[in-house]
Amino acid sequence: MSNLTSEPQNDTVVFLSGVSVRYRLPNERVATLKEYMIRLIQGKVRFHSFMALRDVNLHIRKGEIFGILGRNGAGKSTLLKVVSRVLIPTQGRVWVNGMVSPLLELGAGFHLELTGMENIQLNATLLGHNRKEIKQKIPEILDFAEIGEFIEAPLRTYSSGMIARLGFSVATAWQPDILILDEVLSVGDAAFNRKCSERMRSFRESGATVLLVSHSVDTVRSLCQRALLLEHGNVLEIGPAGKICEKYSNLIFGN
Amino acid sequence: MGNLSTPSRSIIYDSSKQRNLAIEELRSIFHYRDLIFQLVRRDLVTRYKRSVLGILWTMLNPLGTMLILSVVFSRLFNMQGHYPAFIMTNLIAWNFFAQTTSASLNAMLWGSSLFQKIYLPRTAFVVSTIGTGLVNTLLALIPLIFIFLITRVPIRATIFLLPFSMLLLVAFALGIGLILSTFVAFFPDVAEMYPILLTAWMYLTPIIYPEETLAKVLSGWLLRLNPLYLVIKVFRLVIYDGKVPTSAEWGIATGVALGTLLIGWIFFTQKSKSFAYHV
Repeated sequence: MSNLTSEPQNDTVVFLSGVSVRYRLPNERVATLKEYMIRLIQGKVRFHSFMALRDVNLHIRKGEIFGILGRNGAGKSTLLKVVSRVLIPTQGRVWVNGMVSPLLELGAGFHLELTGMENIQLNATLLGHNRKEIKQKIPEILDFAEIGEFIEAPLRTYSSGMIARLGFSVATAWQPDILILDEVLSVGDAAFNRKCSERMRSFRESGATVLLVSHSVDTVRSLCQRALLLEHGNVLEIGPAGKICEKYSNLIFGN
Repeated sequence: MGNLSTPSRSIIYDSSKQRNLAIEELRSIFHYRDLIFQLVRRDLVTRYKRSVLGILWTMLNPLGTMLILSVVFSRLFNMQGHYPAFIMTNLIAWNFFAQTTSASLNAMLWGSSLFQKIYLPRTAFVVSTIGTGLVNTLLALIPLIFIFLITRVPIRATIFLLPFSMLLLVAFALGIGLILSTFVAFFPDVAEMYPILLTAWMYLTPIIYPEETLAKVLSGWLLRLNPLYLVIKVFRLVIYDGKVPTSAEWGIATGVALGTLLIGWIFFTQKSKSFAYHV
């Protein structure tokens, strides 16, 4: 099953080749310039490196629902950051075809003094959309977020549920080519949660590739075709979801 | 099958094809130009929306400082009647520089949490502070003209050269802002230290006193090595002195401003790769 192609193929969406991420952490945390200078003069700046990912090779095809399993600190988030362009790997090649849904916590980048409408525009431009694209989408965003006439009021008058709804509506207004699902979504009330799940499903159905990160073996087994198991930044195995789930269960519960 | 509401744009990102970071960033910031506009709008709206005096404050601020300084210093420097116009011209240039560079530090601190989550051109926040600064400067020019008229300092045609001297100030402030932001991304305490540096810089630059006065205390080379002085001088010449700067003055100021911008842009973009590594 593991694909050893050295170049992205026609139907490739995500392609990683020999990707390593090394964090260089100072032995003691030097957070200020003053301290850094003093230590530099004393010759005391030492680093130890920490491999968050080691030589990862990955080849995900269009339309796949791909599971990522691993314990806390295994490198799952780092892998997602590399795919979503937030982190440039220390080594190796990352090749991604298409728009990746953001790893944004809902409402990051919102400003409380701005109105809901102004926040929609700010947030959508943060996600890389231009004025024209945003104008087209605004009715749909408003419709989905269910904010009503509050949309012209400053965000500080909103409830936390309203803010979360607005954030989700903006973040998912555009169909991504690669959908990253990290942990379980919990936004607002049950009715809105159902709407969210529906939107996720419609993304999948219209051909988005999904990277699913979960602790739940059952979710991965039921949704994914293939999966990857990470441990200490190393890929232990890539293969059919069932097999990987079994291996993961052994890893955490077994010997 | 639900039909696709947006056609999937074919955007291929290939980390092995990243050629020149400085040029990539330039392309990226152009692509994200609407973001710059939104950030400037955010800064202006949040600044002016909730205070009644709003925009008026931006005009009153340099006016107030000018009044205080005029009372204290005008006799000391022997400029009497012309001192208010002189000091206000300098203050407007200085405020632009001080405000945009300080704002870029804060914008960087604010933005660093976003850099951990989504891809954005890293220069976006620093560039947007320039936009905000330009609007504020434009507003501050209104009371300046008012003071020129009251104190009967002639406004000459050289004022039409203002866009050019402003452009140099923009390039210089952006360059310094980028360098500072790079440092603050790694060491947040730089934001704490900068106001002190700024105060020192202000007194080493002929802002509140004429350059002849400063030259008496400071050896001439220290003055001529101060890049900010060289850039602000061109600004003052076209507004207050009503003189066309000599080609040497233009040349030096342009060299300093563009050089600073180039160094800042390259330094920032080279280091921006590792911003997300600093958690």
